[in-house]
Amino acid sequence: MVDLSSDLGFLRLKNPVIAASGTFGYGLEFEPLYDLNLLGGLVVKGLYFKPREGNPPPRLAETPCGLINSIGLQGIGVEAFCQEVLPKLALLQTAIIANVCGEEEEEYARVAEYLSRHQGLAALELNISCPNVRAGGKCPAQDPEATYRTVKRVKQVSPLPLITKLSPNVTDITAVALAAEEAGSEAVSLVNTFLALAIDLESRKPKLGNVLGGLSGPAIKPLALRMVFEVARKVKIPVIGLGGIFSSEDALEFMVAGASAVEVGTANFVNPSACPEIIKGMEDWAESHGLNRLSEIVGSLKV
Amino acid sequence: MFQDKNARITETQNWGSYFLLRMSAPQIAREARPGQFLMIRVSSGFNPLLRRPLSIHNCTGSNLEVFFQVTGEGTRLLSQKMAGEELDILGPCGHGFSLKPEFKGREIFCVGGGRGLAPLYFLARELQMVEATPVIFYGGQTLSDLALKNRLEATGWEINFSTDDGSYGFKGLITQLVEQQLRKRKPAFLFGCGPEAMMACLAEICQLSNLPAEFSLESIMGCGLGVCWGCVRKIKKGGEIKYLRICQDGPVFAAEEILWSGD
Repeated sequence: MVDLSSDLGFLRLKNPVIAASGTFGYGLEFEPLYDLNLLGGLVVKGLYFKPREGNPPPRLAETPCGLINSIGLQGIGVEAFCQEVLPKLALLQTAIIANVCGEEEEEYARVAEYLSRHQGLAALELNISCPNVRAGGKCPAQDPEATYRTVKRVKQVSPLPLITKLSPNVTDITAVALAAEEAGSEAVSLVNTFLALAIDLESRKPKLGNVLGGLSGPAIKPLALRMVFEVARKVKIPVIGLGGIFSSEDALEFMVAGASAVEVGTANFVNPSACPEIIKGMEDWAESHGLNRLSEIVGSLKV
Repeated sequence: MFQDKNARITETQNWGSYFLLRMSAPQIAREARPGQFLMIRVSSGFNPLLRRPLSIHNCTGSNLEVFFQVTGEGTRLLSQKMAGEELDILGPCGHGFSLKPEFKGREIFCVGGGRGLAPLYFLARELQMVEATPVIFYGGQTLSDLALKNRLEATGWEINFSTDDGSYGFKGLITQLVEQQLRKRKPAFLFGCGPEAMMACLAEICQLSNLPAEFSLESIMGCGLGVCWGCVRKIKKGGEIKYLRICQDGPVFAAEEILWSGD
């Protein structure tokens, strides 16, 4: 038996596979399809303080091996989440992570503070990298100083471990990762989606109601892998890798590049049983390669 | 809700750009209701990436059928599947048509435009089970759009055809034919599926005739499970207008809940 567990220091996952925010609803939607306790963890859809309407449709555009979305974080808000959803999630034997959003620094703090008063969460993921909620796709994770301030503020009000989710829409993602680390973030997750545009040629209009969106899917995997590699070499805190992971091989590559755990996103749409299949595939691979612990491969890229 | 990765195609039929696939998927078939849909993976690779949402056209025993028109790359790939091949399908997705006890002994109008007839065949069969009388209206631009003509005519149901060019049935729009019939008959309900303009027009006709109605809506979808919020549309519910998910809150909505593009 291979030990699949992933020890992030602040949190021990039974395996390194976490369902990514925005692709897994509030978690329970997948319950009819498989046992959620198979997961290393799950990150629920981004939560603002109040319910949020989201962006005008169309919100999706398919591209070769990719998907551009501009959902705009439509959601139920933190109060409904804590009352109606969290008590059910808390019964699961898997790490439940809440994705924390905010219009500005204070809202991030209010959401984190509110969530911290409830039982059942293993960690918070700080969503400072959504490209769909501010004009031109701007987000705090594009600026090391704004990242530092937001992380610092949330750490002041919440005792829960914090995973800061980074944006790939930057020149140097390592600078932002270092800022999050310095401000006290326990981990970083990367990458969020790539700011993108799809055009309907005949009408010469954008395919998305919000003009720009975020690209995810297999198309972004090599880019995400490169960024995980760069960040993992710079920071001391654990790195959670994501971006186009569709198979166990993809997930293993992210670990070799330096990720201690991975998140699986868009794959959940294409193959709803992607997460358990990836976990099984990683276990088989580790066994066939004679590993005792899967975590041995983290950061093992030979360069 | 089940994911069946081995739904074996047992039969395919083709009329021009329209196709019908029959597949064996016992678990999904057991739960399927009229108006629900399947999310079908059309490629084992990643291009196109997303599953395609298709209404359940018929459900008998352990068999499911989908009826669709080739409108893009996804449906083109699906149209090339052969009997014996296996599909990865997810379903039954969404909430279907409301079948009410008071339909018993009453006429129910089922109005489909082109490929919009897809969910209405299964619906009409279920209407018969509750001892209601389905009255089908099937419109297209021209005769070749009435791909299911022979199949429908073999059922014994009353079928009212229309074509824009008069090549078969009533010459004109299916909505005109419905309006005509409503002057002399009092159905208990109308179900519709088809082009947006057709459904918007029907909604108006139903409102003027005080005829309750439901429509099945179409959208690009990310997941079909209600988790991505990619397929939303503005819907009136409980005095509020909000973005609801066509996949999970629909695809069937009451006529008065839907905001049409002209509204």
